[in-house]
Amino acid sequence: MSRHAELGLTDSEYERIVALMGREPNGVELAMFSLMWSEHCGYKHSRKLLETLPTDGPRVVMGPGENAGAVDVGGGLACAFKVESHNHPSAVEPFQGAATGVGGILRDVFAVGARPIAVLDSLRFGEPGESARSRYLLDRAVAGIGHYGNSIGVATVGGEIYFESAYEQNCLVNAMCLGLIETEKLIRSAAAGVGNVVVLFGARTGRDGIGGASVLASAELGEEDSGKRPTVQIGDPFEEAKLLECSLELLDRELLVALQDLGAAGLTSSSAEMAAKGGVGLDVDVATVPLREAGMEPFEIMISESQERMLCVAEPERVQDVLDVCAKWEVNATPIGVVTGTGRLRVLAGGDVVGDLPVGALVDECPAYDLEPAPPTRALYPAPERALEDDADPDETLLALLGSANLASRRPVFEQYDCIVGSRTARRPEQADAAVLTLGSDGNGARRPALAVSIDGNGRRAAVDPYRGAVEAVLECSANLACVGAEPLGLTNCLNFGNPEKPHIAWQLSRAVAGLGDACRALGIPVVGGNVSLYNEGGGGPILPTPVVGIVGQLPDAARAGRIGFAHEGDAVGLIAASGWAPALAGSELAKLRGAAPAGELPAADLGELRALHAAVRQAVRSGALRSVHDVAEGGLAVALAECCVAGGLGAEVTVDTTEEALFGEGPGAFVVTGARDAFAAFGAAAAVIGIVGGDELRIAGALSLAVSRLADVHAGGLSALLDQA
Amino acid sequence: MRARILIRPKAGILDPQGQAVERALPALGFEGVRNVHIGRLVELDVEDPAQLPAMCEQLLANPLIEDYEILGAAA
Amino acid sequence: MRFGVIQFPGSCDERDALAAASRVGDAVLLWHRDHDLQGVDAVIVPGGFSYGDYLRAGALARFSPIMVEVERFARHGGLVLGICNGFQVLCEAGLLSGALLPNTSLRFVCRQVLLDVVNPATSWTRACERGDRLSIPAKHQTGRYWAPEPVLDELEANGQVVLRYATGNGFNGSARDIAGVSNHAGNVVGLMPHPEHAVDPLTGSADGLALFESAALVAA
Repeated sequence: MSRHAELGLTDSEYERIVALMGREPNGVELAMFSLMWSEHCGYKHSRKLLETLPTDGPRVVMGPGENAGAVDVGGGLACAFKVESHNHPSAVEPFQGAATGVGGILRDVFAVGARPIAVLDSLRFGEPGESARSRYLLDRAVAGIGHYGNSIGVATVGGEIYFESAYEQNCLVNAMCLGLIETEKLIRSAAAGVGNVVVLFGARTGRDGIGGASVLASAELGEEDSGKRPTVQIGDPFEEAKLLECSLELLDRELLVALQDLGAAGLTSSSAEMAAKGGVGLDVDVATVPLREAGMEPFEIMISESQERMLCVAEPERVQDVLDVCAKWEVNATPIGVVTGTGRLRVLAGGDVVGDLPVGALVDECPAYDLEPAPPTRALYPAPERALEDDADPDETLLALLGSANLASRRPVFEQYDCIVGSRTARRPEQADAAVLTLGSDGNGARRPALAVSIDGNGRRAAVDPYRGAVEAVLECSANLACVGAEPLGLTNCLNFGNPEKPHIAWQLSRAVAGLGDACRALGIPVVGGNVSLYNEGGGGPILPTPVVGIVGQLPDAARAGRIGFAHEGDAVGLIAASGWAPALAGSELAKLRGAAPAGELPAADLGELRALHAAVRQAVRSGALRSVHDVAEGGLAVALAECCVAGGLGAEVTVDTTEEALFGEGPGAFVVTGARDAFAAFGAAAAVIGIVGGDELRIAGALSLAVSRLADVHAGGLSALLDQA
Repeated sequence: MRARILIRPKAGILDPQGQAVERALPALGFEGVRNVHIGRLVELDVEDPAQLPAMCEQLLANPLIEDYEILGAAA
Repeated sequence: MRFGVIQFPGSCDERDALAAASRVGDAVLLWHRDHDLQGVDAVIVPGGFSYGDYLRAGALARFSPIMVEVERFARHGGLVLGICNGFQVLCEAGLLSGALLPNTSLRFVCRQVLLDVVNPATSWTRACERGDRLSIPAKHQTGRYWAPEPVLDELEANGQVVLRYATGNGFNGSARDIAGVSNHAGNVVGLMPHPEHAVDPLTGSADGLALFESAALVAA
């Protein structure tokens, strides 16, 4: 095998490299290309699609392309946020893979100068009831996220977990982070100023992750991949805590021209991207890089993915101040290079030039491929094990759903996360449909509006219909924000798919991006950044197409943010639904329990009507008229009602259609609310009073009657029983 | 001199880590295992080994909850 | 009333403690490498993972220069509150009896708990009544309080058990459900739950304010 093929480059990619260089690349140069032109770093199969997403909006202050996107939250503040995947490393070593996923996204946020205030995570694993390996991955990934987030002192305020056998070989760990910064202080990563000094600060460089995120994320994992274990990066949250404070102080003191974190492809990608954005060149001397291991080769130093490192550019007369700030925080800092006007990235080893490449070649000239999509000609995903008979009565069906791995309480997981550090969390997990974070007061003592955030995505529904599934992800997230009275400001997305070189996966990806774009345009929510994770498949087939979206929103008064739980005996229960709400069983949790593979047709969504509905719910919440709000999602209306009873510790008596579709069908566009009867007037025809809060049972007339205590036990026990076995 | 110090939880104090491992071993087919305890190993090069006990007492171990054992070491 | 909140590398909750204390008086951060307590009336050793919890939680922080001053301050009757990691630091420093061990479940748990006030006479519980129930969040992995039985008997007898987890609220396996203890004189108190996260009903409860108000009463 040719040396370029061993590094994952195709023959035509190699020819292109030779043409750009004007000669054959040497070993160091080829290693650098192999990483920068990997799928993970180069976005070769997704870049053209991503360019179709809407990225403009009146509140956008930083769009895609920087370390994180940012939206204006008023009062001179911006919120920077992004989601990223760490799927492949987590499948190999889940604790460290998930931990360093959190570490990486935190760095992306403080690399733009924002202080991280919250983390959320979206996870996917195989069936815990069937697979000891998936229980193990769940247990270790959650422990890793907790370890990193808790230690560094950033609240983990939300997330989601789903279990499907299609994720058995390829688990998903997507981590989202949001941070705060004064808008005018947002820093970019473009290097500038010929003669300015490049300083590397943070942890020492070792061999961790050599070829890690890049190699793992650009190829399918096969049986022999336990040998890839040594390439997983090891994270140190304590080091990152110091790095964070150090970086923010450097920015606060205006000592830096540019800042960039080191992630996938390490020093290579950071220096190349900084130089490319600035239209300059960089000389980097690997002999000056502080090492953790002896005898590292120049190429290893350039591609190492050792964690907790940042790169900055400073004017020569400020360098000593930079080093002094780093010393104060006990963070290693070393000048390793200089900005040049050559447009070339040169790698030096002491006096020798060991690599010399045009910056544009590494970054801008990375090929972008057109996909060749074609709908699948056969079912891609096997039917799950049947867990419920078709003729089970509604009581039994509701209990089965409530206790299922996908719907049971996530308390055993989220209690492992510190959700309160920072004293901002006004709505904790399971209190409301979105997390709510207060921002204190401005300089005049006026209370700032609060932020809300949620992360959502449903792979099984996207498998039924990638376009509608992606639309639903955006709608679900927006609905969750509406429940706390928040208006969406911006969206970040992580696209998790299989091998895009296969036409049916290319089709899933194209349709999903189309749905994502259409939904964002219709709802007026700009995309400010995101991530793509491809090649999530192995011998067992591809993962479900899993577009995950995170939306940050704003609400004027956190005290009025809606809560899920029924609050008072005697409150009227209302069902607020779009006229087009058409819950169906295709792609639903009930269909899954009955052993149905993802198939059928998802309901169409009238985006204009839903945008108006979300706005109406938002307004009602803000007015304080509603006592509780909860959107109807997985498991359908009966599950939503049960969740309200369990959260509030109160029963209810309601009268609704009792068909299977009406009780357990899924589709966007419905909310369960409570309050005084006249509170629903603002919704007009969309509102129907369906019952009353009271008693200690959930009764759906003509269908079911279950004690709230029973619902609570089943809900509480579903996941914990599985975790205790891990 | 290269010294090695073993630090272990004091007998009588609940050691849930040790218990967790003790429960896990039979599940992998290893029978007849009891009394598992999890501790720490500290290795260091030291010029004056006579200082080791004081190092243990003051920093390396918490004498309230841990016992320590200084192992003989090679130069 | 002036509070000083220590900041170690790896502290997480020092800003929250600062904000909480600021509701009752003035509050300043005290850098771990300084030897100056800046004339504060009370010192708070906050929660977090000082020095990464390396070796043992609190084991390295107790040797920082600021702790020399804190120990001297405490021995002269100064008011000191150790929260979570701060409690661990005070035990390691010998300012409080006992030690904090890994939770019996071995898992980190973040949960709102109810605490019974056992001794309302310490410097940090003066604003409470015996039997008061405080709703305060706890979040830790190494919070199982332990001391030899004779020491526990002595603490009980001397009124040095300050706070206990209400029935059903303990989750870490602490001996006798002890959530917080004091030194003999009552000027140094350590507890695992976080009163600084219970000062605003919007983010939970405001029951934690009582501890800061107690210190202000004493210092007045």
